[in-house]
Amino acid sequence: MKKKLTYLESVHRDGKIWGFSLLALILAFPLVLSIIFNAVPEWKAFSRAVIAVLPMYWAVGIIETFTYIPMLGAGGAYLSFVTGNISNLKLPCALDAMQKANVKANSEEGEIISTISIAVSSIVTTLIVALGVILMMVTNLGAVLESEVLQPAFDQLLPALFGGLAVVFVSQNIKLAIAPMLLMLSLFIFTPLTSGEVGIMAPVGVIFTLIIARILYKKGKI
Amino acid sequence: MEFRINHPVLYIMVAVLIAVVLAQSVYFLVRAYRRALEIGMDKARLKKTITSAVLFTIAPAISILVGVVALSKSLGLPLPWLRLSVIGSLSYETIAASTTINELKLGIGEAINSASAFVTVAWVMTLGIIMGLVLTPLLTKKIQGGMKKLEKMDKRWSEIFSNAMFLGMISAFLGYVFWDFSSVFSGKISALIPVLVMLSSAVLMLICGLFAKVFKQRWITDYALPISLVGGMAMAIPITNWLG
Repeated sequence: MKKKLTYLESVHRDGKIWGFSLLALILAFPLVLSIIFNAVPEWKAFSRAVIAVLPMYWAVGIIETFTYIPMLGAGGAYLSFVTGNISNLKLPCALDAMQKANVKANSEEGEIISTISIAVSSIVTTLIVALGVILMMVTNLGAVLESEVLQPAFDQLLPALFGGLAVVFVSQNIKLAIAPMLLMLSLFIFTPLTSGEVGIMAPVGVIFTLIIARILYKKGKI
Repeated sequence: MEFRINHPVLYIMVAVLIAVVLAQSVYFLVRAYRRALEIGMDKARLKKTITSAVLFTIAPAISILVGVVALSKSLGLPLPWLRLSVIGSLSYETIAASTTINELKLGIGEAINSASAFVTVAWVMTLGIIMGLVLTPLLTKKIQGGMKKLEKMDKRWSEIFSNAMFLGMISAFLGYVFWDFSSVFSGKISALIPVLVMLSSAVLMLICGLFAKVFKQRWITDYALPISLVGGMAMAIPITNWLG
């Protein structure tokens, strides 16, 4: 007799099936390109580019997996790591939704709210980008999007996003927030860190805050 | 087949792949929604979650589209469309593409006209983002299991643990807003732009909170994040004109 899976177990089962199938499809894409255009990569340029970018991307990829999965919930993680834009879109969206619904990622309600918000966000993103691409083929939407008037708004997406988000989460955890905020502010202001390094600094911030949280908790301060 | 960066075949391949990715999101959405009703979650809450997610996503999605436009000059539309709809993020893809284009000794912003150069770029971009895609199906269950165990051992600590993770990430992005701040002292006031945009967004969030409390309009908190995001982005235009 087949054992009936719980909701969460079935999410894991389906997540694995979808995940590995999509992995195969995504890898097949450049392969099929090679076949239909009868072209092989230029190996010298390929290997030099791979050496230049892969070690960092892969290291960030490994760290991201461990930091984001606990925050995203299972369904949210399976979707986010396929559709991308996690720190600048999916995770803030899910965090906000769970906070409003007053649920935690590791409860079943939290799992569901996180999955719904991330799935909706992924669908909307995919549709908007697809619609944009279609419009660009027939109109000059591309030029409008790149117009100098609008450019500053897109350049400042992250500050505009994290300002509001910080108010919500910092105000609820002031004691815990002070140390990591001071650390990150001084790191970014007083060292040559540039905007490009925020992807690496996010996990650093997470680990540092966990350590501080543990100390404060043990001392009974939070 | 003769190669062009905007070859119709490329559009078809990319559209098919994106359709499968879309199907995955729809599948998980339907499953989660059904389960929510099964365990008696509030329908109004689910509806609010969906509307809020839609509103919140529009502006970032358009900015992703801007990324597609930027990359399309050398790579054509289909490849950036795929790379930014599936896993990619603009900063990663731009670095991967421009590094490879450099190694190919081609000019940045110049349309690629050889199939082998294009395939090279496609491979590097694909391999660069593959790590999360490989690890997620392998590790999600284990990591979630670990979180559950933590919760069983010490519920209070497990709550602090998740809060600490969010805060750590948010602090990194707050720091990032100040990355060029030190050059303000040498007279480069444009470095204040991100700081002021962040403050505008924070102020908008506070106003939403106050509005909700003073006028007892709870509904506004559901839209507070999209409001502060879009408001902050809109404020970026005058602020940049002023200081840029």
